[in-house]
Amino acid sequence: MQRAAFSKGFIYLVLIIGSVCMLLPFAWMFITSIKSPGEVMMMPPVWIPEDFKWENYKEAWSMAPFARYTINSIIVTVLSTLGELVTTILAAYAFSRMHFYGRDILFSILLGTMMVPGEVLLIPNYVTLSNLGWIDQYQALIIPWLASIFSIFLLRQFFLGIPQELSYAAKIDGCNNFRFLWTIMVPLAKPALITIVLLKAIGSWNSFLWPLIVTQSKEMRTLPVGLTSFSTEAGINYELLMAASTMIILPMIILYFCLQRYIIEGVAKAGIKG
Amino acid sequence: MKIQLKELSMKFDDVLAVNGLNVHINKGELVSLLGPSGCGKSTTLFMLAGLYKPSSGEMYFGDTLVNNVEPENRGIGMVFQNYALYPHMTVLKNIMFPLKMAKVPHKKAEEKAIEMANLVQIGHLLDRKPKQLSGGQQQRVAIARALVKQPQLLLLDEPLSNLDARLRIEMREEIRRIQQEVGITTIFVTHDQEEAMSISDKVLLMKDGQFQQYSKPQEMYDHPVNMFVGKFMGNPPINMIPVTFDHKNLSIQINGTDEKLKVTSKLNYELVSGNQMLLGVRAEDFVLEKLEGISNSFSAKVDLVERTGRDTLVHATVGNHAIRALVNQDFVVKPSNIVKLSIRKNRLQLFDAETELNLVLGKE
Repeated sequence: MQRAAFSKGFIYLVLIIGSVCMLLPFAWMFITSIKSPGEVMMMPPVWIPEDFKWENYKEAWSMAPFARYTINSIIVTVLSTLGELVTTILAAYAFSRMHFYGRDILFSILLGTMMVPGEVLLIPNYVTLSNLGWIDQYQALIIPWLASIFSIFLLRQFFLGIPQELSYAAKIDGCNNFRFLWTIMVPLAKPALITIVLLKAIGSWNSFLWPLIVTQSKEMRTLPVGLTSFSTEAGINYELLMAASTMIILPMIILYFCLQRYIIEGVAKAGIKG
Repeated sequence: MKIQLKELSMKFDDVLAVNGLNVHINKGELVSLLGPSGCGKSTTLFMLAGLYKPSSGEMYFGDTLVNNVEPENRGIGMVFQNYALYPHMTVLKNIMFPLKMAKVPHKKAEEKAIEMANLVQIGHLLDRKPKQLSGGQQQRVAIARALVKQPQLLLLDEPLSNLDARLRIEMREEIRRIQQEVGITTIFVTHDQEEAMSISDKVLLMKDGQFQQYSKPQEMYDHPVNMFVGKFMGNPPINMIPVTFDHKNLSIQINGTDEKLKVTSKLNYELVSGNQMLLGVRAEDFVLEKLEGISNSFSAKVDLVERTGRDTLVHATVGNHAIRALVNQDFVVKPSNIVKLSIRKNRLQLFDAETELNLVLGKE
């Protein structure tokens, strides 16, 4: 009895330490965002500001075209996530259920490309896009990110776990490949698809290097790029910088909390699948 | 719909899974495809369903050649071993699915699906998901889904193998009832000879892709065409005793003993290749006596007596050949007793030791 309580206490302790480590930077960001300029650099650090300066948010928002950045980020994130979802579903189905010459070799080659670091591709991709005349346009921000080998791999594995008999049954019931994919496979793969969407949306929302390289005008910046240029413009006004950062990550935190249930379900299901 | 297979073969890479099958199935019959695993019975079923394309040969449904007809246009329903129900759909949606694909108006489809559900007695489970059902109930849903399009042919791929023993008997009676009620031509794949015997109009027995015998179940049991069929059908398995045939006296002598028996059954002499044969007798076809002087019988020493309640299984040896005989429960016998065994009239089989063919002439 005592032993059980002790081990439970230990588990909680570890979990609490972990979550404190995870949450402290966020808490610090938020606290800083509502401090007065004087409190920001104070030593020892101020944990609870004397009065909450919510107007920092208003000020930060008005100092740069954040509305424009937000719209850009939303457009890029939504379109590249939807696009990737479509390409992933189609490719995963082809690689798991259709039989064509060279399928497995092609898939191995695709997996091989995962070993190429993204940075190596920056210059060739930039050159390609600039030859296409897409620099500083939405195409440049979206189209190179419409497919992800990792997602295809993840979904293909999930599809392989779905019994072959289902596709036979569907075929006899009068379902063609495409219909079977959308009415049977996709609903069954919901947990995997949500994981893919979440990873993609967060990645796309936070991506910095690529948007920085392919955008030039202020109107095309996404939030992370806008935030960096804002930091040079705002100088050392950390409270404003933190207020802007808090605003930027909020949508992803909300998305995560909405989909969290499915992710846990997806992972749990993957564990007990026969 | 009558089904006809002509020289149907299926090759996977270098393996001949089905070799030159010729079968004719009458309208409304329930036929079992029987054989040990890997004998090509499921492959044959998948070819009938259109899921595999045969390497050669022809398949006729009615008078139509269906080799190149897509599965959905063959007018078939199929039940899979793991039922293959769509897990994210309710029972009703599962049954309606084939109709939805055939663009039947929603209301009509629902009516038909409910009618089918009632036929298979799951009308009260329509809102459940497959996961919330027992194996037997899932089975019924799968049958309803297979039948809802009113197919001409129902294909069942080992439908009972995932059920426990009691449910298996219940479901096989149920399948027979539904089949008779709908009057649909049905092909049933199984590796269980008892299952095949109990529900089929006819049994098609295969081994290693080769056709063995196609006949009524009782006929297959009473007159197996070769040793494989004889051994495959029946439990306890048929006794096989090596004997030497005496052409002059039409008698057999059990190898390694002096025991002789007269053969009264008519033999097909064209098939006889030598004098070495195997005497095949089913356990229940022996008549045991403890008295001396019974004509046309042989002696054996009792080794073991197994009582199963309904009857008694006697293990005995003649020469060095083990024999199993089923006797009435009030026949009292002890190990090391000597008993006299005779064979019931016309219940003996003689297999050629070389060709393994049954030499006894059948009924026809």
